[in-house]
Amino acid sequence: MKPLVPVAPGTRIVLGVSFFVLFVAVWAAATFGGFVSKTFLADPLTMVKSGVTLLTQMGFGWDIAWTVWRVLGGFVIAAALALPLGVAMGAYKPVEAFFEPFVSFARYLPASAFIPLLILWAGIGETQKLAVIFIGSFFQLVLMIAVTVGNTRRDLVEAAYTLGVSDRGLIRRVLIPGAAPEIAETLRMVLGWAWTYVIVAELIGASTGIGHMITDSQALLATDHIIFGIIVIGLIGLASDLAFKWVNRRLFPWAQLGR
Amino acid sequence: MSMNSILTVRGVERRFEQTLALQATDLDVAENDFITILGPSGCGKSTLLRIVAGLDTQTRGEVRLDGHPIHGPGADRGMVFQSYTLFPWLTVLDNVCFGLRERGLPRAQQLEQAQAFIAKVGLRGFEHHYPKQLSGGMQQRTALARALANDPRMLLMDEPFGALDHQTRELMQELLLGIWEAQRKTVLFVTHDIDEAVFMGSRVVVMSARPGRIKLDRVVPLAHPRHYSVKTTPAFAELKAELTEAVRTEVLAAQAQQAAA
Repeated sequence: MKPLVPVAPGTRIVLGVSFFVLFVAVWAAATFGGFVSKTFLADPLTMVKSGVTLLTQMGFGWDIAWTVWRVLGGFVIAAALALPLGVAMGAYKPVEAFFEPFVSFARYLPASAFIPLLILWAGIGETQKLAVIFIGSFFQLVLMIAVTVGNTRRDLVEAAYTLGVSDRGLIRRVLIPGAAPEIAETLRMVLGWAWTYVIVAELIGASTGIGHMITDSQALLATDHIIFGIIVIGLIGLASDLAFKWVNRRLFPWAQLGR
Repeated sequence: MSMNSILTVRGVERRFEQTLALQATDLDVAENDFITILGPSGCGKSTLLRIVAGLDTQTRGEVRLDGHPIHGPGADRGMVFQSYTLFPWLTVLDNVCFGLRERGLPRAQQLEQAQAFIAKVGLRGFEHHYPKQLSGGMQQRTALARALANDPRMLLMDEPFGALDHQTRELMQELLLGIWEAQRKTVLFVTHDIDEAVFMGSRVVVMSARPGRIKLDRVVPLAHPRHYSVKTTPAFAELKAELTEAVRTEVLAAQAQQAAA
């Protein structure tokens, strides 16, 4: 091994998969070997079996659908509002000076700590779940989009002006397209964080969702169900991440060049 | 001031807080002139060009294009920068179309004009390449086509070939000179390469060490069209010798300033 030397694509996949294998092997050894009590940690086989039961007999598919819908709903609302505000802040420094200090403060407010307040304000319905996702992702998105847009290469801006571009044209034709791939990366990252918020939101005051199933299983000491729920979240997160990466590559082929 | 001046620079001064970058500079640029500006680095030659482009503002004096004072950048003064400033998200074709689209030209017309300039800079076949897929020389040729396609009154060039290797740079000089000989676009061209300044220019201007001002102004006595072999003629050598002497004095002065600072 030498620092920073890339690895061949085939080796890359083998190495990536082998850690999963190792992980499951250690887990299996710990549980089947009797090193850990079944009460605390279910073995992989029981987990898979209960997973099938969950999906086929207990309507866990619905829970998954609810959770996905909440994440996407809250995230889409946050992104739809964060995009114009972030671009405006990146492009116009007075707008940035007005919002930036508050947004910087707000993004450190833990979304999960708002849950009691949100329940008070919005009840335990969907509004509350969406609001948690919104609070958790909106401020992060705004700030990161503003920084990306503000970092546009100044020589490109100057070149555009000498080509006769107007201020509005500059935003539409230079700032936004130039920042777009990095904004898409930001969306991908923050969507990942939104997944952690939704589960927390569902742990309290929910009657559906993966988080709700996990809370219910805790009362029954059903660690197999809990682990299955966690793994499902991981798999959905991984799938959405890969889908996002794929779409970004298709949308911005130029950003992949010379990497 | 000659009657056919399109650009007049009068008493232009640029002060950055404590330092005076450019002092009381006068320059007249006639229609179809190709003026090369030489000087030691940091002498304010790029500052002067940026003021003409409207990307920087003088602290004193006046710049007029066709009699109108300059306020900010505009499509009437096309610019080619030393850094590679093609928009990386646009293909060669769309980069060249950029200014035409801004003017609201129908797409068919944009493409027609862009294709013509892409052919002129020898990039036919590369229309759908992205900038990152091109060499430095090809990127600067695209930047030249992009500026020319906009049909500006003047072309401003800030050491456009400065980042290129020697051979590519000489080919680029011939390419630009050929285009200029065909179109006679008025050009203001900043460089620190004396050969380049003499070979390309119809007039060479030498600027002093900081604070910059124009110290020498010479008409280049070489007929057009110029072949690269003109670089070996006595007339070329004579002007080059004079300019070398003038620039050298200023470079030494600039170094003395740095040592004192």
